[in-house]
Amino acid sequence: MIQIEGIGNQTGKKFWRSLNELAATPKFREWMVQEFPEGANDLLDTGSRRRFMQIMAASMGLAGLTACRRPVEKILPYAKGVEGLVHGVPQHYATVMNVAGQAQPLVIEAIDGRPVKIEGNRKHPLSNGAANAWAQASILSLYDPDRSQKVLEKGKASTWEAFEVAAKGTFAGDGEGIRILSGTVISPTIAGLRSSLAAKHPKAKWVEYEPINEDFALAGAELAFGDRLRPHYSLSKADVVVSLDCDFLHLDNPGLNVIRDFAKRRKAVDSAVPAGHAADHKPADHKAGEIAAGVHKVDEHPMAPPAGHELAVAAAPAADAAAPASPFADASTINRLYMVENHFTLTGAQADHRLRLRAADVQAFAADLAREVAALPQGLKILGQSDKFIAALAKDLLAHKGRSLVLAGPRQPAIVHALAAAINHTLGNIGETVSYTRPGRESAAVGITELAKEIGAGQVKTLVVLGANPLYTAPADLEFAAKYKSVATTIHLGFEVDETAAASTWHLPESHGLESWGDAVTSDGTLSLQQPLIEPIFKTKSAIEVISLGLGLTTSAYELVKAQSKLADPAWRQALHDGLVAGSQVTPSKPAANPKAVEAALSAAPKAAAGLEVVFFPSASLFDGRYANNAWLQEAPEPMTKIVWDNPAIVSPKTAKELKLEEGSVIVIERGGRKVEAPVLVQPGHADNSVTLSLGYGRTSVGRVGTGVGYNAYLLRTTDAMGFGTGVTISRSPRTYALVTTQEHHDQAGRPVVREASVEKYKEESHFASHEDAHVELIQLFDSFDYSKGNQWGMVVDLQSCIGCNACLVACQSENNIPVVGRDQVSKGREMHWIRLDRYFTGTEDDPEVVHQPMACQQCENAPCESVCPVAATVHSPEGLNDMAYNRCVGTRYCANNCPYKVRRFNYFNWHEDLEEVGKMVFNPDVTVRMRGVMEKCTYCVQRIQEVKIAHKIDGRKPIQDGDVLTACQQTCPAEAISFGNINDPESAVSKMKKNNRNYTLLHELNVRPRTTYLAKVRNPNPELA
Amino acid sequence: MADLAFDPKAVEQLSPPLVTGQPSLHDVTEAVSIHTEIETHRNWYIALAISGSVTLLLGAMLAYLIATGIGVWGNNNPVGWGWDITNFVFWIGIGHAGTLISAILFLFRQKWRTSINRFAEAMTLFAVACAGIYPLVHVGRPWRAYWLFPIPNADLAMWQNFRSPLLWDVFAVSTYATVSAMFWYVGLIPDIAIIRDRAKTKLRHTIYGIASLGWRGSATHWKNYEKAYMILAGLSTPLVLSVHTIVSFDFAVSIIPGWHTTIFPPYFVAGAIFSGFAMVITLMVIARWVFGVEHLVTMTHLENMNKVILATGTIVGYAYATEFFIAWYSGNEYERFTFINRAMGPYAWAYWTMVSCNVISPQFFWFKKLRTSIPFMFVLSIFVNIGMWFERFVIIATSLHRDYLPSSWGYFRPTIVDILTFFGTFGLFITLFVFFTRFLPIIAVSEVKGMMIQTEHEKHYLPATTSGSTEPVKAH
Repeated sequence: MIQIEGIGNQTGKKFWRSLNELAATPKFREWMVQEFPEGANDLLDTGSRRRFMQIMAASMGLAGLTACRRPVEKILPYAKGVEGLVHGVPQHYATVMNVAGQAQPLVIEAIDGRPVKIEGNRKHPLSNGAANAWAQASILSLYDPDRSQKVLEKGKASTWEAFEVAAKGTFAGDGEGIRILSGTVISPTIAGLRSSLAAKHPKAKWVEYEPINEDFALAGAELAFGDRLRPHYSLSKADVVVSLDCDFLHLDNPGLNVIRDFAKRRKAVDSAVPAGHAADHKPADHKAGEIAAGVHKVDEHPMAPPAGHELAVAAAPAADAAAPASPFADASTINRLYMVENHFTLTGAQADHRLRLRAADVQAFAADLAREVAALPQGLKILGQSDKFIAALAKDLLAHKGRSLVLAGPRQPAIVHALAAAINHTLGNIGETVSYTRPGRESAAVGITELAKEIGAGQVKTLVVLGANPLYTAPADLEFAAKYKSVATTIHLGFEVDETAAASTWHLPESHGLESWGDAVTSDGTLSLQQPLIEPIFKTKSAIEVISLGLGLTTSAYELVKAQSKLADPAWRQALHDGLVAGSQVTPSKPAANPKAVEAALSAAPKAAAGLEVVFFPSASLFDGRYANNAWLQEAPEPMTKIVWDNPAIVSPKTAKELKLEEGSVIVIERGGRKVEAPVLVQPGHADNSVTLSLGYGRTSVGRVGTGVGYNAYLLRTTDAMGFGTGVTISRSPRTYALVTTQEHHDQAGRPVVREASVEKYKEESHFASHEDAHVELIQLFDSFDYSKGNQWGMVVDLQSCIGCNACLVACQSENNIPVVGRDQVSKGREMHWIRLDRYFTGTEDDPEVVHQPMACQQCENAPCESVCPVAATVHSPEGLNDMAYNRCVGTRYCANNCPYKVRRFNYFNWHEDLEEVGKMVFNPDVTVRMRGVMEKCTYCVQRIQEVKIAHKIDGRKPIQDGDVLTACQQTCPAEAISFGNINDPESAVSKMKKNNRNYTLLHELNVRPRTTYLAKVRNPNPELA
Repeated sequence: MADLAFDPKAVEQLSPPLVTGQPSLHDVTEAVSIHTEIETHRNWYIALAISGSVTLLLGAMLAYLIATGIGVWGNNNPVGWGWDITNFVFWIGIGHAGTLISAILFLFRQKWRTSINRFAEAMTLFAVACAGIYPLVHVGRPWRAYWLFPIPNADLAMWQNFRSPLLWDVFAVSTYATVSAMFWYVGLIPDIAIIRDRAKTKLRHTIYGIASLGWRGSATHWKNYEKAYMILAGLSTPLVLSVHTIVSFDFAVSIIPGWHTTIFPPYFVAGAIFSGFAMVITLMVIARWVFGVEHLVTMTHLENMNKVILATGTIVGYAYATEFFIAWYSGNEYERFTFINRAMGPYAWAYWTMVSCNVISPQFFWFKKLRTSIPFMFVLSIFVNIGMWFERFVIIATSLHRDYLPSSWGYFRPTIVDILTFFGTFGLFITLFVFFTRFLPIIAVSEVKGMMIQTEHEKHYLPATTSGSTEPVKAH
């Protein structure tokens, strides 16, 4: 493998940009070594976070060259054209990446050798084309100018060569005193190298530690089954789902397939109501059906890349993939979800019944439930009188034996997992709705505790940290930071110069997942391959490369991965193309639980102490802190609180009242002598006597975006309270702190914005949603444009399946080059997101329900924005799009004022000012980067529509078939809540959706005739709990 | 019981003299011209220094705005227009009084207008100049603001959108500014000629000579002048109504509750006259004292203007009530919410400031004692202007900040740049006045003289017993 190492020691064709460079004078060499051009550091120090995008690191020479790199092993200049390659035409490559600790199968879009967009891999059963917000945002990290870019020795710039020399001395002998600390190893190649390492240095020890881990789940399985097993859920088969503090749709999501399966069962509500009779009113007077009717099969994606690229194996995201299943494929009826949790999560928002309990009380609840369904040997406990909720729930579960499911959340102790397993066992769910695999994983908490002990005892001479950041994430009681510094040699491989890097002897810059070869096993056991899309932008190496370096291997990462896969060429190429080795998934087992062991464990388990508790959740934006320097995620509003750039301490209204707190009060949370100061957010629906903290904030060393944002909740998280802990005291600090949200008003002001009904109501009145806006017949003064011909784009958002997870928001940001404005500007209401996830509370303050509504430009046929623009910068296309001509816009903002949905976004400043080369690489070249003073908004991804139209024109294929054009939000939605297509085609998915009973037009009475309509939400409450 | 019509005192009571102290025509010329001829007073320099500094501040704020972006103001999403359009409408409204006094009162032969029309017209022009800044700089890309004008240019390659009220605004405001300027200038010609004739230096003679367009005061000149003036008055009259009607269309044509209201055109016009007259009172009370022309701008003038303020203020109050009634009567929940929100929402303070200043305060003018009290009317006129500024702010901000979808609701807070820019426009306004009062006659000399002669002439038609009560006008 030939590496381009930057300009310094370049092989292949030599490019030079100045005579200085050509001459390689000492001054120029010095300039090369400097990370930033002279004076740049001064700028950086004074810049506020808000201006991070405006002040970019230089590294211009390296960045400039990346544009002519190809994701192939041999790098050749385009002296001759590459066969099949067309400049500007995107190519797609399948890969896999560690996203928030999970292997996520992805397809990357690259344009001229530059990855610009991340999608889910349609061929992979876990993704089916979907990707979550973290995956979508990781493309920004690739081009993060704050990335670690060079080897540091005790904080001073060094080189890989120097490290290699030093490493030779370190990795010798039997490995006595060598410890390796990594995150959870999901790569078989790394696991293989780990074995070689164990063979070569038998006394060396490898410890895996993740702050967000499955310790309790595995320990719980050990209690119930006698083996450390991982549950796999089949929500498509579950009629009744009980979640014990498991946010399985969002923060505790074990795989996107879970969301998809769940959403399908929610959408199945339509099977209860006959569809098809004419809607009471039509959203717009379309003369549909001019297009030749007929079933359009999705067989080939027009964006399929040209075949036969040198060594790089391209995957078409949709090529010969099965057509996305019909939304109602295998689901028969709507499921029912019971949620028991302390903090209002997205799963809680979907629940039909939600019980708010302190996290510490979930154990007692689980035990009662287990007794009620007779899952434990020591007899029934009839709770019918004392606890209506458990009684009704148990009854519902017992009525759905083999078709129900109880899940336990990763914050809950092992016993809760064991109880869930026992209940599932008793109900006959194991093998039906839940099955198990054996990941072969040790306890993360135990591992790091032992490591800390060994360090304390002076047994560790060399500590290698691979991609982990223990100084930030390790349990606070281990005092890891102090211990780490006592180790003689510490070597840290990391993507950022983080807290651990700053304290290490050696810091090595790590490659991004899009820059290196690798592999991973997804949660279903499928071996998935990671191929680089771009040569490392900076002088970085992947974990595989660093371990091989330590082992003195000369084989490249590519060869190691290929060897590990045990695939020979046609199969290997196919696997690379698909991103996975077909059929490699593990067949899960159906173990039998041992109720007696669970009973015994239950009686041994400590009872929950009363009083205040503190609960640790991963952050919806930063996860465990690894995305702290990702501005897209920092600015993605937390789905339930809508807070950006901060992590509040969340309490219930009652607790706030008792403790005399209000929103923005700063509190000191104290537990076991450890203190954290945090601003308060009062959240309706939160459990009383409970404080929820988000991990991942309060970074002290990460980059200009993330440093100093929020407070560090890890400082309270100790080994005895990895999920939650009681014995907390709260005192009020005299300070106040203004939290910034993107939504200041939380109820619907009595307006029919999000329309919702129970299944009963839906059965009675199938068109309840469109009945909610009773109004006189709407008339038009003028003849409307004839929209009956050609493609007429429309969208339907199903509020029944939308979980409000932000994946669409970040996908849109990535696709459409949407700028980040920073905390300060968001507080002024100037956030730029084209799609926002409106979140409304309904019901009482203590036990509200929550609905989410994605809101982007509705593409009104009678667009109020268009008629008021004096320069005709926003006009209607014959295909029904409300187009923006950015270069005509002078920025009067009249259109935004006149938009009833308030979805237009104005560039109040030049958000891209001073953006330098690396940062610019993330831009999608198909979308204009808007300047200051210009209005912008959603265009239904018009660039994607045009791309497909052009491809079809070239091909001579007409008309465009349903599913050929996917908007970015639609493509990535794990819940498949968004349908988009030609509403003139009666067979298109979107046309069918528009005929759905639940279809309604928001602000219908204004007669603006939006092309986006919504399907109302239906909940399925238990009649006994009504 | 004597016939009232023949009682001179009764006549005087019914139609009080518009010029007091019985000056000669020469006295009038002297009174009005002298301030352009004497050595520049130290106070003038002080006034110019102060107002000029504030104007420079305006320039600095605009430069900062154009260099940085609209974000230096408080505008946001959902409140896309904040102080920019508020101030625009405010200044345009102020500019209404001048043309109304000049044109409409001229056509209705309201003689009392003569002493104040010059001043009011100047105020109109300067206010329109202040207003005109905002539409140009409030756009995101001010260097492209010329795209709003239907000038053929290669950048756009097509016409503007003639359906947009903003484009109508461009036409309405530019037409109004042009006609007002012409009207003002035509009225000035005979007076400039007087200054030319009195000029003692060559330079003055030349400059005023050019500006007076060769006016000699011949009968033909006067005939043409009167005709031109009449035509311009006729042209201006519909403009008085149209400008603010069209400005109100910016709001009325939209679909935002609180904006989408058919009452806006008359309501805006009444409000504009209301604020314009209040501003004339504010300025006149100062100017007549500073320049010693109390005998030309008499209490009669001021009282008449106060009556107009009372009338238009009441119309404005009635419009507010109508808006509320319609919001309730329409049954439109969004409309209803908007008005309840105005009175009780986060901007209630602004709403009640507006109501107190605009509806309650002018009612004091029912009392003659109050409407003829200089200090009282001065204070009240300022209240009216504060109230009318708040009216525009309330209409713009409260309607936008909470419209249809509660998720997008927000709040507008001005920044220091907003405040200083607005403050700066007052600097510009006053600077222009400072120059005006130094170089041009602030009262229409020829018109006042004509009015004096005419009044005198009319007296001859009164019975002989009463005609002798006034001294004949002394000819110069």
